[in-house]
Parts: sequence; structure tokens; C-alpha cells
Amino acid sequence: MTNATAEIKDDRKYRSLWGDVWSQFRTHRGAMIGSFVFIGILLAVSIGPYLWTLDPNYADVRNRNQGMSWGHPFGTDQLGHDMLAQVLQGGRISIAVGLTAMMLSLVLGTFVGVLAGYFKRLDGILMRGTDLFLALPILPLLLVIIMLFRDTLRGMFGPETGIFILIVFIIGITSWMQTARIVRGDVLALKEREFILAANSIGTPARRVISRHIMPNILSPIMVSATLGIATAIITESSLSFLGLGFPSDFPTWGRLLFDGTQRIAQAPSRVIFPGLAISLTVLSVNFIGDGLRDALDPRIRGR
Amino acid sequence: MLNFTLRRLMYTIPTLLLISFIIFIVLDLAPNDPTGNLPLTIPPEVRAKIRASLGLDAPMYIRYLLWCQQFFINEPLNLFNEWFGWCIGDCEGRLRVTSWATRSPVVDLIAERMPQTLWVVGMSYVVGIMIALPIGVISAYKQYSWFDQFGTLIAMIGFSVPTFFTGVLLIVIFSVWMPNDSFFWLPSIYDTTLDVVDWDSFVKQMRQMIMPVMVLALYNAAQISRFMRASMLDNLSQDYVRTARAKGLKEKTVLLVHVLRNSMIPVVTVIALGIPQVFGGAIITEQIFKVNGLGQLLIIGIQGADIPLVQTLTFLFAVLIVLFNLVADVLYGLLDPRIRYD
Repeated sequence: MTNATAEIKDDRKYRSLWGDVWSQFRTHRGAMIGSFVFIGILLAVSIGPYLWTLDPNYADVRNRNQGMSWGHPFGTDQLGHDMLAQVLQGGRISIAVGLTAMMLSLVLGTFVGVLAGYFKRLDGILMRGTDLFLALPILPLLLVIIMLFRDTLRGMFGPETGIFILIVFIIGITSWMQTARIVRGDVLALKEREFILAANSIGTPARRVISRHIMPNILSPIMVSATLGIATAIITESSLSFLGLGFPSDFPTWGRLLFDGTQRIAQAPSRVIFPGLAISLTVLSVNFIGDGLRDALDPRIRGR
Repeated sequence: MLNFTLRRLMYTIPTLLLISFIIFIVLDLAPNDPTGNLPLTIPPEVRAKIRASLGLDAPMYIRYLLWCQQFFINEPLNLFNEWFGWCIGDCEGRLRVTSWATRSPVVDLIAERMPQTLWVVGMSYVVGIMIALPIGVISAYKQYSWFDQFGTLIAMIGFSVPTFFTGVLLIVIFSVWMPNDSFFWLPSIYDTTLDVVDWDSFVKQMRQMIMPVMVLALYNAAQISRFMRASMLDNLSQDYVRTARAKGLKEKTVLLVHVLRNSMIPVVTVIALGIPQVFGGAIITEQIFKVNGLGQLLIIGIQGADIPLVQTLTFLFAVLIVLFNLVADVLYGLLDPRIRYD
């Protein structure tokens, strides 16, 4: 008898946590479409410039302000730059800014949130600081900081790297507060759980409790804030460029292209539509991914 | 409740002072010279005199305290003087916060610009709320219907597509592609000199407000309708709704009296919290439609390195944020009897 029971095979498929998350994520139609669109945009801006080999900075003076045609699918601008090449090139910078600024704000937010949640002594001062940052008028301050520090950083790191560092840095340090609050709340709840008590009682040092037991459990809110962070960072960067205070014209991003296009909106409407569509599609797809991730990572929804 | 409000009010004072100090430091640290834009032919000693006349030769903390005195003491006293005719202290020679670029008091500049911003921003917020509330209610009541699905998609688009793209898109459609004499043609530039005296100028004013208001309203409506829907859904599954239905109340009464009133509590606070953000977002919309409101004033000030103007405006934005945070907290306590702060 014992042999017979041993031979019964377990037909149930092995299910892992991330497998469950993935299968829930796949049922969210918007999130799936969003993922495909976002991956498409990432592919387009990363390998697109190798396929569409026109130089974005080559000024074809004879073909200025052209509409859409086979030679220039998105038209050309007032100096004869090919808009498709510019949009692809601009996308690289916009998305790079979005990703790096998101990483920076995520690291800062998680750091502050974990410290405030785990160490009671730091909680008061860190959260007061977070509240203070939340009360700062972000957009006016960003504008002021860029306007005032632009030239210094340009002199220090060169025109392109300087402005890139400045924009990523200030977007990063002004957008970590939401993440910090969410992470702190989760850490506070986790700290009361038995497995943390167990870890503490066998003498695990705080840094190891945080890295082994706390971090894996707060991964899901961090992932959701990460997707939303990309969206906000891209929008903030484009708004700054749109106000004429972001990247310079010869180093175009989507927001900058849109800004340059609005000045000649009557002659060439297509110049504003394509960069604008690119920003909107990226942000929309990222937001849908975030929505799907939130549902997929929520265990109360996942079971159904 | 009163106790709580007073305590919070006391707490906002150091917060605001700290914020004003941070803004001052940021502006002061900047390696930027307000005399940098003047012609190079001005001899250095004259340049030094110009700097002295702007008060730039004093140490940082003195300049900060001076700004504080001018903004927190002299300006309110001046307002009293103008509004009620009360003269406290030295009314004529009182130092006010003065713009470096125009040499006129900053508060007067702001008062000049305020109506345009309030009209466009306030109107857009009201329109946004009026659109959002019914959409939120219906999509919660008919959850997962086509209306709900469609509403979700529109809301997602509404807060994903940045206002500078929707604004520019509307301009392309209604100002560029639409023929000039068509009824649907709308002006892309907001004309502030327009006086509303008769029906014709009123129509003109409405037409030039449609686009900026709609751009901001769509953005606000997207967020508020999501909150409304979520809050309605929370309440619809509560026991008191079943009780109300079991008593034989009409569905309309259940929905609009019982559920809606309870669902409005968090939504009202969200609306209050959103007001300062709308002012911030209006900076971009004002730039698109060339409305000469506060946002444009800020941009001009930043471009001209007009430190007192920028300092005062940025600080006013911070005051708005802190104030409406307080309003939201107090409202929440007033509306929801379960919340007790004491």
C-alpha cells in the first residue's frame, strides 16, 4: 500500500508567487496592451536610430517645414531636420531621464521610508521632513533651480551632461515623498509581525532584518511606485522643456520638440502632434502597466 | 475640533517660515547676478552702487529678515490701509517688497494678475468637478458596464496626456484647422484687455475661455471621477445600503441621499487638496494660451532673475498648499463624525 501511494503523481502544476502575479497580470487587458506599447516604444527609440539612419542634426535647408512624405514620414522642422529621426533621438533622452530620475527617487524614498518605519527615533524627524517637502511648490521651485544653476553645471560637465544631471537630480529629489510614505506605512505594519519578532529574538542585526525580511515584503508597493514614477518623471521633464527651461534645442527631447513646434503651429501642425503623441502614449502605457501591477500584486484581488 | 484647528494653525507658522527660508536660500545660493543683464559698458563702481541700491551688499540673514519684515508686517499693514483706510505706523515711507525689474511693489503686480488666473483656474476646477461627479457616480453604480469601461479609459487618458499636449491639440483643431469664419473657430490667445460690457463681449470672453478651461477641466475631472467611483464602490457594499433598500426606499433615494452623501466625504477633501496643484498646473496652461496670469508672471520673473518677485510668488504657492492641507483635514473632521482629532 505504501508503495502505491508513493507512485501517485502530483498532477498539480507547481505555482510560484511570481507565476501567480504574472497570470493575474495577463488577465488585465489594459496592462497587457500597455506593456506591448511600452516595449514597442523602448525598441523603437533604442534600435530605431540604427534603422532610420538620417542624422537628426543634419540640416537639409532645401526641405524646410515640410509636411509628411515618404522621405520624411513626420515632416521636417524650420531648419530641415528630419522629425522622425529627432523624435527617435528625443525619446532616448526623455526615457533615459524618466528611468534615471525614477531610480533616484525610488532609492531615496525607500531609504527614508524604511528608516522612518523601522527606527522609531528617526520617525518623527524624517516624516516632518517629508511633510515639509510635500508642502514645497514643486514646479515653481524646479523652474527656479534650473534657471539659476543651469549655466554653472553646463560649465562643469559640458552642455548636455550638465543639464541631464541637473534635471535628473532635481526631479529625483522632489518626487520621493509618496514612495517614502507608502513604504513607511508598510514597514510599520510588517514590524509587528511574528517573523520579524522571531528574527529579532535570535539576534539578527537590524540591517539584516531589513534586507532579508522587510525589503522582499515591501517590493510590491515599490514596484507600483516605480511605474508611476517613470510616468511623472517623463511628464515633469517634458513640462520643463515645454516651458523652455529644459534641454537646449540642439539636444532635443520630446517636450523640447513640442515646445519648438508650438511656435510654428500654424504652418506645420504635424510637428507638435508626433512628439506629443509619443509622450502621451508612453505615459499612458506606463500608467496602464502600473494599474495592472497593482492588481496583480494585491493578494486580495489575485485569488479571484 | 476648534482646538485641533488652532493647534494645526500654530503648527503652520513655523512650517511656512521654514519654507520661506528654504526658498530664500535656494534663490540666494544661485550663482546669478541680477546686474548681469545690464550693459557691459557700465563701470564697476556704478554696478556696485546698483547692487547696493538693491540691498545686495548686506549679509544673507539680514536680507532674509528684511524680506520677512516687508512681507509679513509691511504688506498686511499696507493692505489694511488700502482697504479700510486705517493708517498704522508710517504709511508713506513704509518699505514694501519691490520687484527689481519693474520697481513696483510685488503685491500690486500679483493683484493685477490674480483675476485672470482665478477666472481660468477656478472655472476649470468647477467645470471639472461638475463633469467628474456624475461620471463617478454612474460608473460605480453600473460597475463593469460599458459606461464604466469607457469612463475608466477616458480617465486614464485624461491624467496621462499632459495638459501641454491637450492644449496644443485643441489649438491645432479649433484654431488652425477650423476655418476662421466658422462658428467653431476659437481664439488661441487669451485677450485680457477685453472688457465685458455687453452680450457680444460676453460671448467673446466665453469663447476665449473655452479652450484653457476645458484643458484643465479634463485633467481635473479624470482624477476626481476616479476618486468618486472608488468611494461610491466602498459605500455601495455597506450594510446600511441593504437596510435602506430593505426598508423599501426608492433606488434614487438610496443612491443620491444615502450613498452619495457618505461618498462625498473623502472626495471633498481630495478636491480641497487638489486646489494648489491646479494653480501649479495652470502655469503651463497659461503659457500655452498666453493668459497673463500668475504663472506667466512667475516665468517672466524667473527669466529676468527678479528675485523678490519669484521669492514672493513661490512662497504664495507654498502658502496655498499648506492652507488647503489644513482645510482638507478640518473638513474631514467636520464631515465625518467618526473622525475625532482630540
